[in-house]
Amino acid sequence: MKNISNLKEFACTPDRFQGGHRLCPGCAHGMIVREVVNATEDDLVISTATGCLEVCSAIYPYTSWDVSWLHIGFENAAAGISGAEAMYKALSRKNRLYNEDRNVKFVAFGGDGGTYDIGFQSLSGATERGHDFLYVCLDNEGYMNTGGQRSSSTPIGAHTTTSPRGRVSYGEKNRKKDLTMIMAAHGCPYVATAVPGSKHWKDLAAKAAKAISTAGPTFINALSPCTTEWKFKPEDTVEIADLAVETCMFPLYEIEDGHKLTITYRPKQKLPVEEYLSRQGRFSHLFKPENSWVLEEIQKEVDRYWEYLLRREEAGV
Amino acid sequence: MATPKEMMSTWDNIQFGAVLPSFEDPEKKIRSKFNSYNYEVADWRVEKPVFNRNLCIDCDFCWVSCPDSCFIVEEVVNKRGKKQAKIVGINYNLCKGCGVCVDVCPTPIKSLLMFPEFVETQEALNKWPTKDNK
Repeated sequence: MKNISNLKEFACTPDRFQGGHRLCPGCAHGMIVREVVNATEDDLVISTATGCLEVCSAIYPYTSWDVSWLHIGFENAAAGISGAEAMYKALSRKNRLYNEDRNVKFVAFGGDGGTYDIGFQSLSGATERGHDFLYVCLDNEGYMNTGGQRSSSTPIGAHTTTSPRGRVSYGEKNRKKDLTMIMAAHGCPYVATAVPGSKHWKDLAAKAAKAISTAGPTFINALSPCTTEWKFKPEDTVEIADLAVETCMFPLYEIEDGHKLTITYRPKQKLPVEEYLSRQGRFSHLFKPENSWVLEEIQKEVDRYWEYLLRREEAGV
Repeated sequence: MATPKEMMSTWDNIQFGAVLPSFEDPEKKIRSKFNSYNYEVADWRVEKPVFNRNLCIDCDFCWVSCPDSCFIVEEVVNKRGKKQAKIVGINYNLCKGCGVCVDVCPTPIKSLLMFPEFVETQEALNKWPTKDNK
């Protein structure tokens, strides 16, 4: 496990995810991927589900990856990486000299469409079989690559092209699926949530390093603010991600062995959710007088979930 | 930047399971022509960040929050004998001008500021705000 103590030392790491990819300016995918692949010195094999990251980092004839990288379909990033892991295990058992001194780790990246909805069956299967890999979900709360359709990760009240706002509708009506808890219920040795940016950089890097070095299936759910479809200015990406943590809309915690929950960051003063929602164009209709009940509903849900996390951490079950 | 013609290939010329090697020599880290490091996204930019070395405190917040890996880092040894990263400049071929680095810069007078694309770097450094004129 790589020792990550301070940023000055961490910044000496040569980048393994190069620039020149075609992600939008200010896209958080780039920040998360760079931190995860730099958080280890082991050799990496990566598979990426179809999504923003895949179509932008590997446009023929260019590739942004300095590590072994595999393009895979929308639904089977986890199946692909578990196949690669099984192949590596089988080959090293047959031939002892096969990369003897090299430590190879397996990482899969998927957007929230490829993780929450379409790729969930293969992720669940790979977890159940107990392959040794890390799955990182880049959660931008919708199908942003295809024009912003809703996914099961979209929070209540958000405007998307398939849950539009208007006279009758206030946007998305279903609440966000709690995938992190679902993955913990699979009995994963390590499950965590993370955000990109300079304030919580150590949180993300340490979680990635720990997850990669842990044997068995591990999962990180990383919030990735999307400048295009969440409708905010590109330079605000880090601020929005920090606000999501400060308002407890996206709390940072980790779960070990499927039950031991630890909250890794506690906001000093919990901000009202309006601070986070008002910065984004997709929630602007909630600030009309007729929709004020939705805001109250969201606040109530956030408070309930935060209380649940606090109580669960205290109980230690 | 458009992709160079000689690197383009028609569908019937691409082999099955085509592999793009990102390194000519992985041990010496010599990048191949397929590495997107050699691709320019500079024409996406309207405003460019300008870096002022004199005000920088080497916190490396910009390095960690840059989505395009455009900060050029030099490894130096500090007074206590530990290695640390020193930001020396910006790779303008890779910068898309999102402005995240300016947003996260913590110094009282920012050591990174956005300037219009046509302003020369030296001219921008002369125009830098001072303590009395923030």
